[in-house]
Amino acid sequence: MRSDAPARAPAPWWLRALAWGVVAFLHLPIVVVAIYAFNTEESAFSFPPKGFTLRWFAAAAERADLLQAVFLSARVALVATAVALVLGTLAALALARGRFPGRDACTLVFVLPIALPGIITGIALLSAFRIGGVDPGFSTIAVGHATFCVVVVYNNVVARLRRLPPSLVEASMDLGADAFQTFRRVVLPQLATALLAGGILAFGLSFDEIIVTTFTAGHEQTLPIWLLGQLGRPRDVPVTNVVALAVMLATALPILSAWWLTRGTEDVTGLGR
Amino acid sequence: MPDGGALPPLAARAGPLRAISGALHGRRALALLLLLAPPLLWFGVVYLGSLLALVWQSGYTFDAFSMSVTPARTWANYRALLEAANLDVVLRTLGMAGAVTIACALLAFPVAYYMARHATGALKGFLYVAVMLPMWASYIVKAYAWTVILAKGGLVYWVVEKLGLLAPLEWALSLPVVGGSSLSTSNLGRFLVFTYVWLPFMILPTHAAIERVPESLLQASADLGARPAQTFRRVLLPLAFPGVVAGSIFTFSLTLGDYIIPQLVGPPGLYVGSMVYTLQGSVGNVPLAAAFTVVPILIVGAYLVLARRLGAFDAL
Amino acid sequence: MSTAVELVEVSRHYGAVRAVDRVSLAIEDGEFFSMLGPSGSGKTTCLRLVAGFEPPSAGRILLHGEDASRRPPYERDVNTVFQDYALFPHLTVMENVAYGLAVRGVPRRERERQAGAALEQVALPGYGARRPGQLSGGQRQRVALARALVNRPRVLLLDEPLGALDLKLREQMQVELKGLQRRLGITFVYVTHDQGEALSMSDRVAVFHRGRIEQVDTPRALYARPRTVFVAGFVGTANVIDGALARRVAGGARPVSVRPEHIRLGEPREGEVGVTGRLVDVQFHGPTSRWEVDVEGTLLTVSVPGLDGELPRPGAGAPVGLAWPRAAMVELEPAA
Repeated sequence: MRSDAPARAPAPWWLRALAWGVVAFLHLPIVVVAIYAFNTEESAFSFPPKGFTLRWFAAAAERADLLQAVFLSARVALVATAVALVLGTLAALALARGRFPGRDACTLVFVLPIALPGIITGIALLSAFRIGGVDPGFSTIAVGHATFCVVVVYNNVVARLRRLPPSLVEASMDLGADAFQTFRRVVLPQLATALLAGGILAFGLSFDEIIVTTFTAGHEQTLPIWLLGQLGRPRDVPVTNVVALAVMLATALPILSAWWLTRGTEDVTGLGR
Repeated sequence: MPDGGALPPLAARAGPLRAISGALHGRRALALLLLLAPPLLWFGVVYLGSLLALVWQSGYTFDAFSMSVTPARTWANYRALLEAANLDVVLRTLGMAGAVTIACALLAFPVAYYMARHATGALKGFLYVAVMLPMWASYIVKAYAWTVILAKGGLVYWVVEKLGLLAPLEWALSLPVVGGSSLSTSNLGRFLVFTYVWLPFMILPTHAAIERVPESLLQASADLGARPAQTFRRVLLPLAFPGVVAGSIFTFSLTLGDYIIPQLVGPPGLYVGSMVYTLQGSVGNVPLAAAFTVVPILIVGAYLVLARRLGAFDAL
Repeated sequence: MSTAVELVEVSRHYGAVRAVDRVSLAIEDGEFFSMLGPSGSGKTTCLRLVAGFEPPSAGRILLHGEDASRRPPYERDVNTVFQDYALFPHLTVMENVAYGLAVRGVPRRERERQAGAALEQVALPGYGARRPGQLSGGQRQRVALARALVNRPRVLLLDEPLGALDLKLREQMQVELKGLQRRLGITFVYVTHDQGEALSMSDRVAVFHRGRIEQVDTPRALYARPRTVFVAGFVGTANVIDGALARRVAGGARPVSVRPEHIRLGEPREGEVGVTGRLVDVQFHGPTSRWEVDVEGTLLTVSVPGLDGELPRPGAGAPVGLAWPRAAMVELEPAA
């Protein structure tokens, strides 16, 4: 590298090969699932696939237990996202600017549910529910999910708030708006994309979560739990393949839109799972 | 200036909200407190409270005969952790976590480096999405996909046979710790799956750290006479390291707490996660399960402190 | 005339830092009042205290005779034009300008009428549908002005509003602002670090230095009779003569200031003092040249009129005789 070399020199071939190789590796299972979803053969472990068919999609749509699991996952995700949006935004508004003792500690507390392994969160919540005499069910699942979804919303909103010029808030107050009017008319519109992205990510996180959910779910089945159960049923494999593919497609779209909304920033991945 | 139509006096908008706003004006601490109260209350009660309750329970007694838990304080659970069988579990889990972390770091770095220093514009965006999507794809789907891929009649075996690499694979599977009867029941297979699943969590922070290294530093190093390999080793690597540490928090912690992948892929042999799950589930021995969870709590806690010292928190 | 804005012994601390240190000020109704000083001198903080964005650590702030020290910004009859304009990016120009009216519940049609008139006042008719992102710096500045003025405040605060504009545009805006203030008769409180700006536009100027006001006066008085060393040096160029040289030429222990244009080359006449020094440098400035002369360790700047080539130019180090009228010397307060 000479000092007057261009900023982006072409990469050596082996680096390119390595990089693209790893990226391909990342997508391998996804492609495999996609292929198998259309396989005619019932014992779908065999490779190469025997033929092409769409009939497993129809079979999946008729499974009552599957549909129930999907609805439960969706309902839980909605509730968890709503709670996370409120709590995450409040926390972000408080912590975005200004230093005060305990500020770092607060951020750490919000991050813990995602940083600590899921079993810890799961068993802690479960035993707390047991002590409190609460039966595992919809609310326990939702409470658990909301807790670790907060940080996803928080990161997105904080990043957006930090880019908001303080003079905008001052200008609004200068022109006669009190704190609440200013929030509604100036801050909230600016936060819109961050809230949307954070909400989408929180929804995705909740929809996909399995470890904490297995502790807090009792007899209920969310979609990931349903999938886990399916793994013990080799004869159901084709339907499982179809559902797996559908889930991946369904989550890809919102994640892409969340990325699109927060492009040019580092918000999207902030400690997301 | 516009005239005609008098302006309503400034205090026209009275109301409860305005009164609250006025009361909070200039009282920054109070406003802060009010904003933080709901989230902190939630986290304090729901999360920290249950964590504390859990750790507290690790001191309870479990009566194996009646399968019940009594609040009698005891250290028995922690002593049990030191028994050979349980210690095995902890060490096995730690070993895998370490191996996976190293593998992820090695695999992630080329990708992160390429993305940060050689890809531009649309390509960079594409790569970013290409790394992010698998991260957000359903965990259980990915784990399931690997059971399919690693199975005896599946993709990997087909490729291995086509390439004539069956003999080396058999050899690898015959190795003591790493191998097993087949790929999907070997530690090698389990290691592969873990590495795969956590890889994006390592790539993204590493990429962010490499991106943050200013081009001018590398040019200065070259200007002062360093060859590209030296610049890489002396300038880029130390500056990118906090990103790797940040990513390792995830790979380490996530492996430490996982019980599903060990269940799906690999030889029988419990991990900390599976111990916790089975203990509190059918057995009902919550105190011992709680004692087991203290292990990852302490380890991750120590890791976080170490990571912070190494600057990883800025890379997050 | 009544007092529009009054600061009574106002201070603002941030921990150990005193951004504003016991400042007292009285701004008259209808005045164009400037607060002048280098960055960090406290002038912007003072403005923010008047606007209500920060509370004073000590002292009182009176708006038209009423104590407004603790009142939030939305309860003060004061509007601000911000340095970065602070236009709301998600609103159109019309919605921006009408914001203060909307917040007060003025119905839509009336809002738009008044906002439209305000835009015409700042020479941006028909720009209502655009967004701030589509405007140039100068246009944004006008929108910020219109947005503040549409509320008909009794006092308008301007925080270095022309800082981001290029020279020609800045000079044009200075003329327009001055004209606007005259027409409207509102009190303008104008913060700037550009002394030329302050001197040309203001009725009175307060010179800030390290959180305190060193002098409040009309521009002419500030220039002709600076009170402190800082004011003498900040407002126009000054030659500050101190120590032994000051005792010799002025006869007192205090430092004195002489403007470069009052010094001439040559021997002292009746009523003048004379010194000799060595020539250091000559700079051509169009209608004048600036001669830098070292007189016993003090560097004096002399403004020498005349076209280049007319005057014989001695080389560096050559002895030069300087003279100025005694009356041109202004006694300054001893440096703190």
